[in-house]
Formats: sequence, C-alpha cells, structure tokens
Amino acid sequence: MTATPLAAPAPAVRTAARRPALVIGTTFGLCLLVAFGTMGLGAVRVPQPHAIEALFGHGTPDQIRIIRDFELPRILIALLVGGSLAIAGAVIQGVIRNPLAAPDIIGVTKGAGLGAVILLLAYPTTAVAYLPVAAFVGGVTAMVIVYVVSYSGGGTTVVRLALVGIAVSALCEAMIRYVMIDRQQGIGTALVWLTGSLAGVDMSAVYQFVPWVAILLPLTVLYVHKLDVLGLGDDLAEGLGVAVERTRRITLLLAVLLASATVAVAGTLSFIGLIAPHMARRLVGPRHAVLLPAAAGIGTLILLIADAIGRGANPPIELPAGMVTAFIGAPYFVYLLSRKL
Amino acid sequence: MRLSGSNLALHYDKVIVATDLSIEIPDGQVSCLIGPNGSGKSTLLRALARLLRPKAGDVVLDGKMINSYSTKEVARRLAILPQVLISPESITVEELVAYGRFPQRRTIAGLRDEDREAIEWSLRVTGMVELRDRPVDQLSGGQRQRAWIALVLAQGTDLILLDEPTTFLDISFQLEVLELLKHLNIAEGKTIVMVLHDINMACEYAHKLFALRDGTMLAQGDPREVLTAELIRDVFGIGSHILEHPTSGAPMCIPIPSPHEHIAHSPVAVTVPV
Repeated sequence: MTATPLAAPAPAVRTAARRPALVIGTTFGLCLLVAFGTMGLGAVRVPQPHAIEALFGHGTPDQIRIIRDFELPRILIALLVGGSLAIAGAVIQGVIRNPLAAPDIIGVTKGAGLGAVILLLAYPTTAVAYLPVAAFVGGVTAMVIVYVVSYSGGGTTVVRLALVGIAVSALCEAMIRYVMIDRQQGIGTALVWLTGSLAGVDMSAVYQFVPWVAILLPLTVLYVHKLDVLGLGDDLAEGLGVAVERTRRITLLLAVLLASATVAVAGTLSFIGLIAPHMARRLVGPRHAVLLPAAAGIGTLILLIADAIGRGANPPIELPAGMVTAFIGAPYFVYLLSRKL
Repeated sequence: MRLSGSNLALHYDKVIVATDLSIEIPDGQVSCLIGPNGSGKSTLLRALARLLRPKAGDVVLDGKMINSYSTKEVARRLAILPQVLISPESITVEELVAYGRFPQRRTIAGLRDEDREAIEWSLRVTGMVELRDRPVDQLSGGQRQRAWIALVLAQGTDLILLDEPTTFLDISFQLEVLELLKHLNIAEGKTIVMVLHDINMACEYAHKLFALRDGTMLAQGDPREVLTAELIRDVFGIGSHILEHPTSGAPMCIPIPSPHEHIAHSPVAVTVPV
C-alpha cells in the first residue's frame, strides 16, 4: 500500500499488461494436472496410469476403492478448502488494506481451532456435526477481539494488527494446549487436525463443506466492486458511494466464516490464506473480480502440492499438509515482511 | 446553487471545529477555502461531501437535504478527492480510474460502453493516456495526482471537491494540477471547490475565496476584492504586503517576517544611550 502523494518514483519503467483470464486458466489447469498426476501416491500406492483408470472404474476393486474413497475426496477438499482459505485471505487483506492480514495472522484460524478443539475434546460424541459451528464461534470471536483491540484513531495499522493478531493467536494456542492437557483422550486426532491435514477425509466431509461454500462464495462475489473501492481508503470509498462501515463488517464476516469453515473440515492450515492472495495480486492485479478466482486457483494448487508431498514424502507415514504449507509459507512470510514493514 | 451548508455545527472526534458555519458554493466556478491549520476548512469540505455528519445545521445538495440521498446517489452528484490517498498495491492507472465508475455500476456487471467512454475521456483530459498501464506507485507526484483527479472525473459529476490537491507537490506540479482544474472548469463547466494552503495559488485560480479562522467565515468573495493585509492579519495573524501579480493581476500576499517583533517592542530595545 502506498500513501500518495509521496516522492521518488521507481526508476524502472514497468508496464503491467495483464492477462487475468490466462493466469486463472493456467492455474486451474495446473491444479488438474497436479490432482491427476499425484493420484495414487498415498499409503497404498496405485501407480499411474492405473490410478486415473481406477477413478473411471477400471482396475482391481481395491484400486478403485482407494482412488474413489480416499484420494478423490482429498482432491475435492483441497479445491474447496484451498480455494476458500485463499478467498478469505484476499477479502480480509482487501478490507483491512494490509497484505499481512490473513486468517492465520490475525488470529481467526487459531480462534476457530480453539473453538473446535474445545468441542472435540469436551464433547467427543456430539463433535462432528457441530464442528463448523464451534469453529465459526471461535473464529469470529478472535477476529472481533483482534479488530477491536488494534483499532485506534479511526483505523488499524499494519504493525498493530499483526502484533495483536500474534498475541491473540498465542493466547488461543495456549488455551488449546490447556484443553488438550485437561482432556487427554482423542488428543492424537486433535494434534494432527490442528496441524491441518487432509488425511482421512471422505466424501461426507466434502458434502459437509459444500453448502458453506455454496452460500458464502456467491455472497462474497456480490461484493467484488465494493471491495475494490474499499481499497482506496474510507473517505474516497464513501465519496464513491460505498457505505464503508457496513460493507467492511459484512465482508469481514463472510471471510471469517469461510476461513472458519475450512478449519472445521481440514484443521488449521497455515499460510495459504496469506500467500495465495498475495501471489495472485502480483499476477492479476488488485481487482477482486479477477483476484478472487486467481487466489482460489493458487490456494488450491498450493494445498494439492502440499498434500501430495505429505502423502508421498515418507510413506506409509503421512505428513500433515499444514506442516508442508508452513514449510513453504514461512520463508515467503519473512520475504513479505522484509518488503512491507 | 447546487451545494450549500447553513448553520453547520461541526465536530471532529471530540473537538468542536465550528458552531455556526454557512457556505454557498457558486455553480460553474472555482472556489477556494483558505485558513490556518485547524480553521475548519477541511472539516467543512468533508461535511459538504457527507463524509462528516454535522451536529447541527443542514447541507443541501440539489434542493434536498444531503442526508436524504443514498451514499451512491450522493456519489452520482458530487465527487470528493480526500487529502490522504491510498493506492492499492500494484494497481495500474487505468484500473484506478475505472474505480471512479463505481457509482454508475451494477453489483457484479463488467464495464459498459459508457463506462469505458468516461474512463477514456478522463485519461485524455488529464493527459494520462500514455501512462494508463503504469503502476500508480511508480508515477511521479504530479502524475499520481493527475491519476487521482482522473478517477474523480470518471465519476462524471459536475461538482468536484478536492482537499488540498497540491500538498506535497513541488511548485511545477502544483501549477500542473491547478491548470488542469482550471481547464476542467472552463472547458467542461465543472464546479470546483478546493482547500488550498497557498494563498497566492488560491488567489490566482479562485473565482471565489472563502477565508476561515476558528470555524468562522471571516470573508468571502472575489480574491481581488477581499484579499487585504487586514484579512491576512485576521486570518493568519501575520503582517503582509498585498501586491498585484505582474501578468495575471491577481492579488499576491507577501508575508512580513516578524520573529523579532516582540523584541522591537520590548523596553530593552528603547534604551537609548545618553
């Protein structure tokens, strides 16, 4: 973000001839390629091209079962979760006008995680059905706390938001640990889930998640132009006809709900909501009509690759995808910080 | 008269800026608000654009109370360029200018022909056609300010309010921006209202000057008639000579530096050797 007017234009003349359609098309093409290419990489290997054949019903019953019941749901969840996280990140970054404001930086992910862990460990029998609700409550609460605490003098700053976000995240983390020590049964699942993992998801997880995306995504799309204008600052946005406060509250809520829903399904996957929208912005520019699909594609791609590495790196042990995204994301985050602060 | 404010009480945060301030913006002219820091000129401009809700008094736009319009309707009638401008990361000039079409656009539809025409026209009159694909954060100060003006022009309103559009610009860029606004007033009949810090620039470009101090309108009118050394003393508390611009004939204010004024009047200075 640049506050104008400031002096010193960059010397290099860079024209930004952009082809958003090409970028979005290529990204989703790569997603398909990675999805099919890495199929069959799991604990029980199904070598190519048998894996793809098995998807279409050719092969041994075992192969078909592995691909259809274990691998296909993971790919679909990667698409839904990676895309949703990236879109949530793009919206939050746009609303708060801060490239570091991602669901996991500002405490939403950890808050949702805390909500879910409390439910998982305290009420293990009723857990699954109410997991999204618990994650929503945790995520929204964390967001509200971070926003209120870092809000001062009519706005938030990069540093305040990041610092308060880190503090709230740490607090949630501590409370997660307390709950886990207090209630030890089921701790193994909770641990894997907290790192963020697509292991063991089945089609029921897909069916559980689809409605949230089907509701939240179209609502978010209705706000693409308003999100664009919001990036120009409150006064100019208001002057251009956007009811700023209302728009900010609604879009933030949509993004937090979307991010929390992913936590309910795949645990706390880190960094996707931060880096996918950032990469997308560099490729297609800041207009949300193209930024959101581009970010969704990149988020999906990152998660597919991370999950494939997790499955294939050290079989039969699976590394949680969230661990891999952290390995990719942390250096990128440091790079971002070195540029932005 | 399309835009006016009467008996406005303006608060900013918890500071009372004005208790009873009235202003009538002349149509088709360039108006400049001048005054010292904290005089309420920016606050008044914000109230006229409905960015700030007055505690009392009315802002009237096109014969109706400004609060009776929706935010979007206000944006179709008047445009405001605030003082602090934020350009989204890596946005290009054309993308930025296209944002100016927001008040006319539907919820998710793309740009229509009339939107594209308005964008082309704004790029053309501001001389930004060649820079359209350039990222805004790589422009010079003057170019950047012209890009912002192109954005509010694309909005397509005849009323344009600008809060210190020349601040932070060096003198050549100040002239560039003010000449552009003058041209828009003459060629396109735009009503321009701006807050300016530079009195001489205000006198050069304004048809009507509004001089404020402590939330009170001390003078208003043609700069040639209202700008006097007394007014400058009342408004800014400094002495000055008022001259005439050699070519344009506009009044010019030359401040008289007075850092030692209190010394000259002090008893020490009158001690005369016997």
